Amino acid sequence: MRRLVRAIILLAAIGASAGWVLTRPVHITDDEVAALIGDAAAGEAVFWAGGCASCHAAEDASGEARLVLGGGQAFPSDFGTFRAPNISPDPRHGIGDWSLAQFLTAMQNGISPQGQHYYPAFPYTAYRLADRQDLADLFAFLQTLPASDQASLPHDVGFPFSIRRAVGLWNVLYLRDEYVVTGDLTEEEARGRYLSEALAHCGECHTPRGVLGAVDRNRWLHGAPALTGRGTIPALTPDELDWSADEIAAYLNDGFTPTFDAAGGHMRSVIANLANLDAADRAAIAAYLGRLPPADTAP
Amino acid sequence: MSLPKSLIAATLMGGLALSSLALTAHAESHGQNPAVTARQGQFQIMALNIGVLGQMARGNTDYDAETAQAAANNLLTMSQIDQRFHWVPGTDNESIEGTRALPAIWEEGSQVIAIWGRFGEGAAALAEVAGDGLDPMRTALGPVGAACGDCHDDYRAEE
Repeated sequence: MRRLVRAIILLAAIGASAGWVLTRPVHITDDEVAALIGDAAAGEAVFWAGGCASCHAAEDASGEARLVLGGGQAFPSDFGTFRAPNISPDPRHGIGDWSLAQFLTAMQNGISPQGQHYYPAFPYTAYRLADRQDLADLFAFLQTLPASDQASLPHDVGFPFSIRRAVGLWNVLYLRDEYVVTGDLTEEEARGRYLSEALAHCGECHTPRGVLGAVDRNRWLHGAPALTGRGTIPALTPDELDWSADEIAAYLNDGFTPTFDAAGGHMRSVIANLANLDAADRAAIAAYLGRLPPADTAP
Repeated sequence: MSLPKSLIAATLMGGLALSSLALTAHAESHGQNPAVTARQGQFQIMALNIGVLGQMARGNTDYDAETAQAAANNLLTMSQIDQRFHWVPGTDNESIEGTRALPAIWEEGSQVIAIWGRFGEGAAALAEVAGDGLDPMRTALGPVGAACGDCHDDYRAEE
């Protein structure tokens, strides 16, 4: 009996330490990024493709106000309400005193400079696939934006989801370093995949989620219940979205569907971002969507 | 513009409980609510005319001054239609089927009247310049589309 208890205690200790190791924050070091020189001018396109303003600018901000990334927008979910933090260059409330290595650690590993796990409401799961040079350019561009001295608001997340360390386990389960769509892609389709999967994080709204809130890669862009709780975000697969590539690209620029209905909801903000890209990039996104596996072939 | 706007305001915020009841009763006996059918038809006419201009703006059809002017005039006319009969209370998507109109349209603090006013201003500005060339028309189309989107943002449910 005593041996059994000892064995159980030993196993529990192993389990706990394995968990502690698995969930530890992984930091990108200064040495790893020493060769990266950010180009702020090039970073603007990354900023618009990445959709930073849609969550970090004030709700309903338009025009120049979309460049003030003071945070504050609330995002309801099954796990509680998340609030976008201040990512303006303010050194106290924003990210003005961050190093590039800290920025990349946040963007690609979901870890704060203090070693805390971010919740995956912040799509580091997508940005993880981004090119580090692009992210260095983005970091340089963010530093040129207006500072906001608005304090970041705390998330409103109940137990057990309030245990940040548990996000480390979530990361073990769900962080991926591969694209969802694979196979032979043209250069344009591959560019569209990079924009859609690594930067614009389309899957966050257009893909249904599992019990722990991770997007279901087997039902990639098949449409999903709106996170606001009302209605459905449409599917983007070619069997469901029967718009031509030109119509999709035009919609991502002027916000009109092929029948000239005007986009609403969060997609409007996405379009306000994507309208700032080169037309070739919007065409690339449309080309990529045409290569999605049809929703009706899902396992 | 101030008179029609105040009329719309009075309509949406206050009165017409009686016609609302009558229309609801009618809808219950015939399926589709006539107010919903009417406003959806209104938006389809708006979309059709925006489409004429939008296809020119996208470069899919050649710009034609007379055609552009006709479409812009239609949009201006649509913006001047008194809205009272197709926005009766009780025709939101929580009360009846067949509509994406959110209850917020009728709730306190609703901005729909202000947004509809911006659509009217945008349509008037568009009608001023639609026949003057592709670039002026394209520029003036922007605020019209923005007003459509502003309303769809907060007052129309996702599909």
